[in-house]
Amino acid sequence: MIKIDLKLFVTLSKYLPDNSEGLEISEGTTVEKLILDVGIPKELVKLIFINGKKQNRSYQLKNNDRVGLFPPVGGG
Amino acid sequence: MGISKIEERYDRNFNTLSHEEQKTLGTSKVVVIGLGGLGGSVCEMLARIGIGHLTLIDGDVFEPSNLNRQLLCQEDLIGFPKAQAAKNRVNAINSEVKVRYFIEYVDESNLYERIKDADVVMDCLDSIDTRFKLQKAAQKASIPIVSGAIAGVAGQVTTIFPDDKGYELIYGKKGQKQSKGVETRTGNIAYCAFFVAALQSSECLKVLLDRGDILRNKLLIAELWTNTFDIMDLV
Repeated sequence: MIKIDLKLFVTLSKYLPDNSEGLEISEGTTVEKLILDVGIPKELVKLIFINGKKQNRSYQLKNNDRVGLFPPVGGG
Repeated sequence: MGISKIEERYDRNFNTLSHEEQKTLGTSKVVVIGLGGLGGSVCEMLARIGIGHLTLIDGDVFEPSNLNRQLLCQEDLIGFPKAQAAKNRVNAINSEVKVRYFIEYVDESNLYERIKDADVVMDCLDSIDTRFKLQKAAQKASIPIVSGAIAGVAGQVTTIFPDDKGYELIYGKKGQKQSKGVETRTGNIAYCAFFVAALQSSECLKVLLDRGDILRNKLLIAELWTNTFDIMDLV
Protein backbone atom coordinates (compact mmCIF):
# COMPACT_ATOMS: atom_id res chain seq x y z
CA MET A 1 0.00 0.00 0.00
CA ILE A 2 1.02 3.64 -0.51
CA LYS A 3 -0.29 6.85 1.01
CA ILE A 4 -1.45 9.97 -0.81
CA ASP A 5 -2.99 13.32 0.16
CA LEU A 6 -6.23 13.91 -1.71
CA LYS A 7 -7.95 17.28 -2.15
CA LEU A 8 -11.26 17.67 -3.94
CA PHE A 9 -12.48 21.12 -4.91
CA VAL A 10 -15.74 22.99 -5.42
CA THR A 11 -18.55 20.55 -6.25
CA LEU A 12 -16.23 17.54 -5.86
CA SER A 13 -15.61 18.21 -2.16
CA LYS A 14 -18.69 16.23 -1.13
CA TYR A 15 -16.96 13.06 -2.34
CA LEU A 16 -13.92 13.59 -0.09
CA PRO A 17 -13.26 10.49 2.05
CA ASP A 18 -12.74 11.02 5.80
CA ASN A 19 -9.12 9.95 5.71
CA SER A 20 -8.13 12.06 2.72
CA GLU A 21 -4.77 13.01 4.20
CA GLY A 22 -2.62 9.93 4.13
CA LEU A 23 -5.24 8.01 2.17
CA GLU A 24 -4.11 4.42 1.71
CA ILE A 25 -4.36 3.02 -1.80
CA SER A 26 -2.85 0.05 -3.62
CA GLU A 27 0.47 0.48 -5.35
CA GLY A 28 0.02 1.04 -9.08
CA THR A 29 -3.36 2.77 -8.69
CA THR A 30 -4.01 5.23 -11.51
CA VAL A 31 -5.86 8.52 -11.11
CA GLU A 32 -8.68 6.98 -13.17
CA LYS A 33 -9.02 4.14 -10.65
CA LEU A 34 -8.79 6.54 -7.70
CA ILE A 35 -11.67 8.60 -9.11
CA LEU A 36 -13.70 5.40 -9.46
CA ASP A 37 -12.80 4.12 -5.98
CA VAL A 38 -13.68 7.40 -4.28
CA GLY A 39 -17.01 7.38 -6.09
CA ILE A 40 -16.74 10.57 -8.12
CA PRO A 41 -18.66 10.46 -11.40
CA LYS A 42 -15.71 10.59 -13.78
CA GLU A 43 -17.25 13.18 -16.09
CA LEU A 44 -17.20 15.69 -13.23
CA VAL A 45 -13.38 15.74 -13.03
CA LYS A 46 -11.80 18.23 -15.41
CA LEU A 47 -8.36 19.01 -13.99
CA ILE A 48 -5.93 16.68 -12.27
CA PHE A 49 -2.92 18.06 -10.44
CA ILE A 50 -0.26 15.85 -8.88
CA ASN A 51 2.30 17.66 -6.73
CA GLY A 52 1.33 20.94 -8.41
CA LYS A 53 1.63 19.71 -12.00
CA LYS A 54 -1.14 18.86 -14.44
CA GLN A 55 -1.39 15.14 -15.14
CA ASN A 56 -3.78 12.86 -16.97
CA ARG A 57 -5.96 10.03 -15.72
CA SER A 58 -3.48 7.31 -16.61
CA TYR A 59 -0.87 8.69 -14.16
CA GLN A 60 0.21 5.99 -11.69
CA LEU A 61 0.15 7.35 -8.17
CA LYS A 62 3.27 7.22 -6.02
CA ASN A 63 3.80 7.29 -2.29
CA ASN A 64 3.26 10.78 -0.77
CA ASP A 65 1.74 12.23 -3.95
CA ARG A 66 -0.44 15.29 -3.41
CA VAL A 67 -3.52 14.91 -5.59
CA GLY A 68 -5.95 17.71 -6.44
CA LEU A 69 -9.07 17.19 -8.55
CA PHE A 70 -11.15 20.03 -10.01
CA PRO A 71 -14.42 20.30 -11.88
CA PRO A 72 -14.70 22.76 -14.80
CA VAL A 73 -14.94 26.37 -13.56
CA GLY A 74 -16.16 28.92 -16.08
CA GLY A 75 -18.19 31.67 -14.38
CA GLY A 76 -17.44 35.33 -14.89
CA MET B 1 -5.66 66.88 -16.58
CA GLY B 2 -2.36 68.73 -16.19
CA ILE B 3 0.93 67.21 -15.13
CA SER B 4 0.57 68.22 -11.49
CA LYS B 5 -2.90 66.74 -11.25
CA ILE B 6 -1.71 63.50 -12.81
CA GLU B 7 1.08 63.43 -10.24
CA GLU B 8 -1.49 63.94 -7.52
CA ARG B 9 -3.91 61.32 -8.83
CA TYR B 10 -1.26 58.63 -9.00
CA ASP B 11 0.75 59.78 -5.98
CA ARG B 12 -0.05 56.57 -4.07
CA ASN B 13 0.93 54.40 -7.04
CA PHE B 14 4.50 55.63 -6.52
CA ASN B 15 6.94 54.09 -5.87
CA THR B 16 5.35 50.71 -6.29
CA LEU B 17 5.15 51.87 -9.91
CA SER B 18 7.81 54.11 -11.41
CA HIS B 19 6.80 57.28 -13.25
CA GLU B 20 7.93 55.61 -16.44
CA GLU B 21 5.65 52.62 -15.76
CA GLN B 22 2.74 54.93 -14.98
CA LYS B 23 3.24 56.57 -18.36
CA THR B 24 3.30 53.16 -20.03
CA LEU B 25 -0.04 52.31 -18.43
CA GLY B 26 -1.42 55.62 -19.67
CA THR B 27 -0.70 54.68 -23.26
CA SER B 28 -1.85 51.06 -22.87
CA LYS B 29 -4.95 49.62 -24.49
CA VAL B 30 -6.93 46.96 -22.68
CA VAL B 31 -10.15 45.26 -23.76
CA VAL B 32 -12.47 43.87 -21.09
CA ILE B 33 -14.89 41.25 -22.40
CA GLY B 34 -17.72 40.38 -20.08
CA LEU B 35 -18.78 43.00 -17.53
CA GLY B 36 -20.36 40.91 -14.81
CA GLY B 37 -18.81 39.70 -11.56
CA LEU B 38 -15.24 39.74 -12.84
CA GLY B 39 -15.39 42.40 -15.55
CA GLY B 40 -17.06 45.09 -13.45
CA SER B 41 -14.36 44.92 -10.79
CA VAL B 42 -11.61 44.67 -13.40
CA CYS B 43 -12.85 47.93 -14.99
CA GLU B 44 -12.85 49.63 -11.61
CA MET B 45 -9.26 48.62 -10.88
CA LEU B 46 -7.86 49.33 -14.34
CA ALA B 47 -9.47 52.78 -14.33
CA ARG B 48 -8.05 53.62 -10.91
CA ILE B 49 -4.56 52.41 -11.72
CA GLY B 50 -4.48 54.51 -14.88
CA ILE B 51 -4.85 52.33 -17.99
CA GLY B 52 -5.25 54.95 -20.71
CA HIS B 53 -7.56 53.17 -23.14
CA LEU B 54 -10.33 50.75 -22.25
CA THR B 55 -12.70 48.92 -24.56
CA LEU B 56 -15.65 47.49 -22.62
CA ILE B 57 -17.90 44.85 -24.12
CA ASP B 58 -21.05 43.11 -22.89
CA GLY B 59 -24.45 42.67 -24.54
CA ASP B 60 -26.29 42.14 -21.27
CA VAL B 61 -28.34 44.41 -19.00
CA PHE B 62 -28.35 44.28 -15.20
CA GLU B 63 -30.79 41.95 -13.47
CA PRO B 64 -31.69 41.76 -9.76
CA SER B 65 -29.68 38.52 -9.45
CA ASN B 66 -26.52 40.49 -10.32
CA LEU B 67 -26.77 42.64 -7.18
CA ASN B 68 -25.13 40.00 -4.96
CA ARG B 69 -21.71 40.27 -6.61
CA GLN B 70 -21.40 42.61 -9.57
CA LEU B 71 -19.66 45.81 -8.49
CA LEU B 72 -21.33 47.98 -11.14
CA CYS B 73 -24.83 46.66 -10.48
CA GLN B 74 -27.08 48.80 -8.31
CA GLU B 75 -30.83 48.89 -7.78
CA ASP B 76 -31.43 51.93 -9.98
CA LEU B 77 -29.52 50.31 -12.85
CA ILE B 78 -31.68 47.18 -13.23
CA GLY B 79 -32.39 46.89 -16.95
CA PHE B 80 -29.48 49.21 -17.81
CA PRO B 81 -26.76 47.97 -20.22
CA LYS B 82 -23.67 46.73 -18.38
CA ALA B 83 -21.29 48.17 -20.97
CA GLN B 84 -22.75 51.65 -20.64
CA ALA B 85 -22.72 51.43 -16.83
CA ALA B 86 -19.06 50.39 -17.00
CA LYS B 87 -18.19 53.32 -19.25
CA ASN B 88 -19.96 55.72 -16.89
CA ARG B 89 -18.22 54.29 -13.86
CA VAL B 90 -14.76 54.33 -15.45
CA ASN B 91 -15.10 57.95 -16.50
CA ALA B 92 -16.59 58.96 -13.14
CA ILE B 93 -13.42 57.59 -11.53
CA ASN B 94 -10.99 58.75 -14.17
CA SER B 95 -12.13 61.12 -16.90
CA GLU B 96 -8.74 60.79 -18.58
CA VAL B 97 -9.41 57.20 -19.61
CA LYS B 98 -10.50 56.95 -23.23
CA VAL B 99 -13.37 54.50 -23.25
CA ARG B 100 -15.04 52.68 -26.11
CA TYR B 101 -17.99 50.53 -25.14
CA PHE B 102 -20.07 48.05 -27.08
CA ILE B 103 -23.46 46.74 -26.00
CA GLU B 104 -23.08 43.46 -27.80
CA TYR B 105 -22.16 39.83 -27.23
CA VAL B 106 -18.99 38.51 -28.78
CA ASP B 107 -18.48 35.64 -31.20
CA GLU B 108 -16.39 34.85 -34.28
CA SER B 109 -18.05 37.69 -36.20
CA ASN B 110 -16.80 40.58 -34.03
CA LEU B 111 -14.07 39.35 -31.68
CA TYR B 112 -11.05 39.99 -33.89
CA GLU B 113 -12.24 43.45 -34.89
CA ARG B 114 -12.85 44.47 -31.27
CA ILE B 115 -9.52 43.28 -29.88
CA LYS B 116 -7.06 43.71 -32.76
CA ASP B 117 -5.48 46.98 -31.52
CA ALA B 118 -5.26 46.00 -27.86
CA ASP B 119 -2.18 45.28 -25.76
CA VAL B 120 -4.05 42.86 -23.48
CA VAL B 121 -7.51 41.29 -23.48
CA MET B 122 -9.22 40.55 -20.17
CA ASP B 123 -11.33 37.43 -20.38
CA CYS B 124 -14.16 37.95 -17.91
CA LEU B 125 -16.60 35.80 -19.85
CA ASP B 126 -19.07 33.35 -18.34
CA SER B 127 -19.07 30.89 -21.23
CA ILE B 128 -16.37 28.30 -21.83
CA ASP B 129 -16.98 27.92 -25.56
CA THR B 130 -16.77 31.71 -26.04
CA ARG B 131 -13.43 31.67 -24.24
CA PHE B 132 -12.12 29.32 -26.96
CA LYS B 133 -13.41 31.70 -29.62
CA LEU B 134 -11.66 34.57 -27.88
CA GLN B 135 -8.39 32.64 -27.81
CA LYS B 136 -8.62 32.03 -31.55
CA ALA B 137 -9.14 35.73 -32.24
CA ALA B 138 -6.38 36.73 -29.81
CA GLN B 139 -3.96 34.32 -31.47
CA LYS B 140 -4.75 35.84 -34.84
CA ALA B 141 -4.21 39.34 -33.43
CA SER B 142 -1.11 38.27 -31.41
CA ILE B 143 -2.52 39.60 -28.16
CA PRO B 144 -2.15 38.04 -24.70
CA ILE B 145 -5.25 37.11 -22.71
CA VAL B 146 -5.62 37.35 -18.95
CA SER B 147 -8.33 34.90 -18.03
CA GLY B 148 -10.35 34.55 -14.85
CA ALA B 149 -13.12 32.13 -13.93
CA ILE B 150 -15.16 31.62 -10.78
CA ALA B 151 -17.59 29.19 -9.20
CA GLY B 152 -18.90 29.67 -5.68
CA VAL B 153 -15.88 30.64 -3.59
CA ALA B 154 -13.37 29.07 -5.98
CA GLY B 155 -11.56 30.81 -8.77
CA GLN B 156 -8.75 30.45 -11.24
CA VAL B 157 -6.52 32.80 -13.20
CA THR B 158 -4.11 32.23 -16.05
CA THR B 159 -2.39 34.28 -18.72
CA ILE B 160 -2.34 33.00 -22.28
CA PHE B 161 0.12 34.21 -24.90
CA PRO B 162 -0.58 33.74 -28.60
CA ASP B 163 1.70 30.70 -28.95
CA ASP B 164 0.30 28.89 -25.92
CA LYS B 165 -2.20 26.04 -25.87
CA GLY B 166 -4.26 28.00 -23.35
CA TYR B 167 -7.81 26.89 -22.63
CA GLU B 168 -7.26 23.41 -24.03
CA LEU B 169 -4.97 22.76 -21.05
CA ILE B 170 -7.71 23.79 -18.63
CA TYR B 171 -10.96 22.67 -20.21
CA GLY B 172 -9.72 19.95 -22.59
CA LYS B 173 -10.33 19.83 -26.33
CA LYS B 174 -13.95 18.95 -25.72
CA GLY B 175 -14.30 22.16 -23.70
CA GLN B 176 -14.90 24.00 -26.95
CA LYS B 177 -18.36 22.50 -27.02
CA GLN B 178 -19.01 23.16 -23.35
CA SER B 179 -20.81 26.32 -22.38
CA LYS B 180 -20.85 26.30 -18.58
CA GLY B 181 -18.88 24.89 -15.67
CA VAL B 182 -20.02 24.07 -12.16
CA GLU B 183 -20.85 27.73 -11.45
CA THR B 184 -24.38 26.93 -12.66
CA ARG B 185 -24.73 24.88 -9.46
CA THR B 186 -22.60 26.90 -7.04
CA GLY B 187 -23.55 30.44 -8.02
CA ASN B 188 -20.89 33.09 -7.38
CA ILE B 189 -20.07 35.00 -4.21
CA ALA B 190 -19.06 38.69 -4.31
CA TYR B 191 -15.76 38.46 -2.45
CA CYS B 192 -14.57 35.63 -4.67
CA ALA B 193 -15.43 37.60 -7.82
CA PHE B 194 -13.62 40.69 -6.48
CA PHE B 195 -10.64 38.60 -5.44
CA VAL B 196 -10.23 36.89 -8.80
CA ALA B 197 -10.76 40.23 -10.59
CA ALA B 198 -7.94 41.68 -8.47
CA LEU B 199 -5.62 38.85 -9.48
CA GLN B 200 -6.55 39.41 -13.13
CA SER B 201 -5.86 43.14 -12.85
CA SER B 202 -2.47 42.36 -11.34
CA GLU B 203 -1.66 39.98 -14.21
CA CYS B 204 -2.72 42.65 -16.70
CA LEU B 205 -0.29 45.14 -15.21
CA LYS B 206 2.56 42.67 -15.15
CA VAL B 207 2.05 41.83 -18.81
CA LEU B 208 1.85 45.51 -19.78
CA LEU B 209 4.96 46.39 -17.76
CA ASP B 210 6.85 43.13 -18.43
CA ARG B 211 7.46 42.85 -14.73
CA GLY B 212 7.04 40.21 -12.03
CA ASP B 213 5.96 36.59 -12.38
CA ILE B 214 3.31 35.97 -14.99
CA LEU B 215 0.95 32.98 -14.82
CA ARG B 216 1.92 31.75 -18.26
CA ASN B 217 1.21 28.03 -18.65
CA LYS B 218 0.28 28.11 -14.99
CA LEU B 219 -3.09 28.14 -13.30
CA LEU B 220 -3.53 29.97 -10.02
CA ILE B 221 -6.28 28.22 -8.14
CA ALA B 222 -7.95 29.57 -5.04
CA GLU B 223 -10.62 27.99 -2.86
CA LEU B 224 -11.72 30.20 -0.03
CA TRP B 225 -13.53 27.75 2.29
CA THR B 226 -10.23 25.92 2.77
CA ASN B 227 -7.85 28.88 2.17
CA THR B 228 -6.22 26.96 -0.64
CA PHE B 229 -4.02 29.07 -2.90
CA ASP B 230 -1.95 27.09 -5.36
CA ILE B 231 -0.14 27.74 -8.59
CA MET B 232 -0.28 24.65 -10.82
CA ASP B 233 1.93 23.92 -13.80
CA LEU B 234 -0.22 23.31 -16.86
CA VAL B 235 2.65 21.99 -18.99
